[in-house]
Amino acid sequence: MQISLKINGKTHSHDVEPRISLAQYLRETLSLTGTHIGCDTSGCGACTVHVDGAATKACTLLAVQVDGCEIKTIEGMANGNEMHPIQEAFKENHGLQCGFCTPGMVMTAADILKNNPNPTEEEIRHGLEGNFCRCTGYHNIVKSIQHAAETLNS
Amino acid sequence: METYIGKSVKRREDARFLKGAGKYTDDIKLPGMTQAAFVRSPYAHAKILSVDTSAAEKAEGVVAVYTGSDACGTYGVPCGWQVDFKDGETMREPLHPLLAKDKILHVGEAVAIVIAESLELARDAAELVNVKYDVLPAVTCPKKAMESGAPKVHDQWGDNAAFDWCIGNDRAEVEAALASAHHVTEMNYKNHRVAPNAIEPRSYIADYDVNADKWTLYTSTQNPHLVRLLMCAFALGIPEHKVRVVSYDVGGGFGSKIYHYTEEALLTWASKEIGRPIKWTSDRTEAFLTDAHGRDHIVHSKMGFDKDGKIVAHLTDEFCAMGAYLSTFAPAVPTYLHGTLFQGVYTTPLIHLNVTAPFTHTVPVDAYRGAGRPEATYLLERIVSKAAKEMNMDPAELRLKNFIAPFNGTTEPGYQTQVALQYDSGNYHASLKRGLEMLGYEDFRKEQAEARKNGKLLGVGISTYIEGCGIAPSAVVGSLGARAGLYEVGHVRVQPTGKVSVFTGSHSHGQGHETVFAQFAADKLGIPMDDIDIVHGDTDQVAFGMGTYGSRSLSVGGSAIIKSIEKVLEKGAKIAAHKLEAAEEDLEYAEGKWTVKGTDKSISFGDVSLTAYVPHDYPEGVEPGLDFSSFYDPTNFTYPFGTHIAVVEVCSDTGKVTVKRFVACDDVGNVMNPMIVDGQIHGGVVQGIGQALLEEVVYDGEGQMVTGSYMDYAMPRADDMPMIETDRTTTPCPHNPLGAKGAGEAGAIGSTPAVVNAVVDALAHMGVTDIQMPVTPQRVWKAMQN
Repeated sequence: MQISLKINGKTHSHDVEPRISLAQYLRETLSLTGTHIGCDTSGCGACTVHVDGAATKACTLLAVQVDGCEIKTIEGMANGNEMHPIQEAFKENHGLQCGFCTPGMVMTAADILKNNPNPTEEEIRHGLEGNFCRCTGYHNIVKSIQHAAETLNS
Repeated sequence: METYIGKSVKRREDARFLKGAGKYTDDIKLPGMTQAAFVRSPYAHAKILSVDTSAAEKAEGVVAVYTGSDACGTYGVPCGWQVDFKDGETMREPLHPLLAKDKILHVGEAVAIVIAESLELARDAAELVNVKYDVLPAVTCPKKAMESGAPKVHDQWGDNAAFDWCIGNDRAEVEAALASAHHVTEMNYKNHRVAPNAIEPRSYIADYDVNADKWTLYTSTQNPHLVRLLMCAFALGIPEHKVRVVSYDVGGGFGSKIYHYTEEALLTWASKEIGRPIKWTSDRTEAFLTDAHGRDHIVHSKMGFDKDGKIVAHLTDEFCAMGAYLSTFAPAVPTYLHGTLFQGVYTTPLIHLNVTAPFTHTVPVDAYRGAGRPEATYLLERIVSKAAKEMNMDPAELRLKNFIAPFNGTTEPGYQTQVALQYDSGNYHASLKRGLEMLGYEDFRKEQAEARKNGKLLGVGISTYIEGCGIAPSAVVGSLGARAGLYEVGHVRVQPTGKVSVFTGSHSHGQGHETVFAQFAADKLGIPMDDIDIVHGDTDQVAFGMGTYGSRSLSVGGSAIIKSIEKVLEKGAKIAAHKLEAAEEDLEYAEGKWTVKGTDKSISFGDVSLTAYVPHDYPEGVEPGLDFSSFYDPTNFTYPFGTHIAVVEVCSDTGKVTVKRFVACDDVGNVMNPMIVDGQIHGGVVQGIGQALLEEVVYDGEGQMVTGSYMDYAMPRADDMPMIETDRTTTPCPHNPLGAKGAGEAGAIGSTPAVVNAVVDALAHMGVTDIQMPVTPQRVWKAMQN
């Protein structure tokens, strides 16, 4: 099936197999390998991207379902070499270790802060419940998001 | 000049990860690359009657299909550790085949590999492989596996034991001491099976280059050289110098990526057969079914005390599952990484542990974060707390009464345990005192009593752990059955311009070596961190290595780098002395330059390195170049220790446990980067809490795994966990140059019993004395009703 969609501000058109997930399409067809696949049941959140501005798990969404949508992936977060304040906050607060869950965490964090610019710790933790991290124990991820909120609000 | 050791330097590896530019194995695409899918058994124990691949072979895009009847069916992956039976019988070591040929021994075991032009076509064709099975009864519990009449995992032996083993004092002596003890505390429980769950699933690409007659294996491993060695020397019998193993970024390991897996060898073999690269990436269910698991011990234990509360004896019998085959380090886990820690931090004079390690119809069990030490710590810290309750003593007081006295390992000797090891240095009193202070223990007890009056169930649990890591002196582990040395390699290449490349056999899969190793190397060389690059994860670049596990990277891998730096500076001094026309002994080295003592005559590190590579005006008898490699073999294990204290609230209506506070006071020796050490502790603690409250791999009576996805296996989530309050005491390791002990596993070792102790404490007034992990609401609710 032919699809056309905007990814990180650029329009892409491809003929895709209907069974291909958005995550596979991003990784295999567009080589946007920052979107990771840690499971295939929406469990771990490593594949989180923004679809029309909302955090969405790309492993259980078919590419054909997002025809005409606007997608933002982790590769679209930095402005050239200048990292997004959320990315900076993760670096500053050691909010990542192996880096595999990190793209999904950053995309989810952006969604949390977009909907709630001043979240409490509990609201951040609740917002992250669909993203697994096995390295950090979440401690520094929560701190990173708190730090990013401060930066974005200042 | 800026120095770096001890500072929370931000990580250099972060930018690529944060931008989605990490290079994990599944991110790599090679020209002409094919994709593999496996046909895996849905049964735990079955005879394979027939495998029909004809339809799959004809399917669209299929390049090849192989089964156990092909040449690859004769190969198997080896075990790296031998533990023989107590009576001298050799460890029973079955072939662990790349593909099952006649018999299936666990759910998920591979029967066939299908290689096709795309992943979808490979998976489609795998569906067309028709396997006929004769299903047999299975046994998954290690204790039941040793009962008479239990289904046999390997037909060639009389029973399911892979080996049995014991350590410590004479059993009869320990039993006698227990018989005459003032008080005996008993525990019977299961330290249940958990899955490591690195978020990056295992991923491999094998690429055979026919013109070079050379293989490259890209693999998500924690130790590329070890994989190459095991695969070349044992699994496939191919020449080691023609194999390059590469592991760039690896998305977490926690032990599960130490081992040489069947898929690595099979893909490597098949890539030569088809003459094209092949990729396979595990999906999550395959990960649950085929990654090595952790724990799975059935424990019966008794600890005896005198009337003053001093421990007089400790006797334990365990059944520890090996799974269907012996994974790379599996036999070491319930033995030398476990029984040797039964001294804990206590002066227990008599200890005996007896282990029976049976095969079961499950995926193999091997080292998972902590590997044997969490299981030892769970037992010791639960039984001491249980004893304190029974003897109506405070658990902190009972611990203080039994602690080994402080010793620094330099002016005071190390502590010789009853279970083979000699601890390097320790101060357990200081650790517990600091932990109690961080929590505000006295105040908490008042708050708890007050809360209880109002029907609120609060509990506090203490765990004072010790662990043995920095694994390990090669001769020692060799005498204990290791089939490898456990040194590490550090290679320091000074470039002509004074810039430095450090090649390490350690492997970072989240630990931050690129930053931390550059920190101490910069300080030791007296040059800026920016002038140093850390290279790892490529057998063509790094001379050799044993990899990263057992919290060994800094204490062993770091020490190897230090050794090479010392050689660089020693040779540099000869060149400097020549250039400065001074005697070597008149020079001092600081801040990146050699200075003639008491003068302003000096030469910089960069000028010396340039001279080494442009040796026109050069000392006689000295080789050009400034490039040294060292093997560092540690003289002892390192022994981090600490105090973990959990505060929980139990919901009296539902039984749900909430961890309200978690205090971790760890002593990991000297710290290079506090930010990274804290991060290691946070992650380990949450993994330990995960085991205590949430996680469990469950096999049903037929050996079917019923927790094979993230819908079924309860991973710790952000909203399950508290902030972790960390602090440290510092007792340097006396036997390595950095004084470092290791921080990777401590969190997971100390935390689990702290949480369960806290739950039991919260319910103690209801008569609850023990509760089986994971402490689910259902289990708590049941315990409250009884």
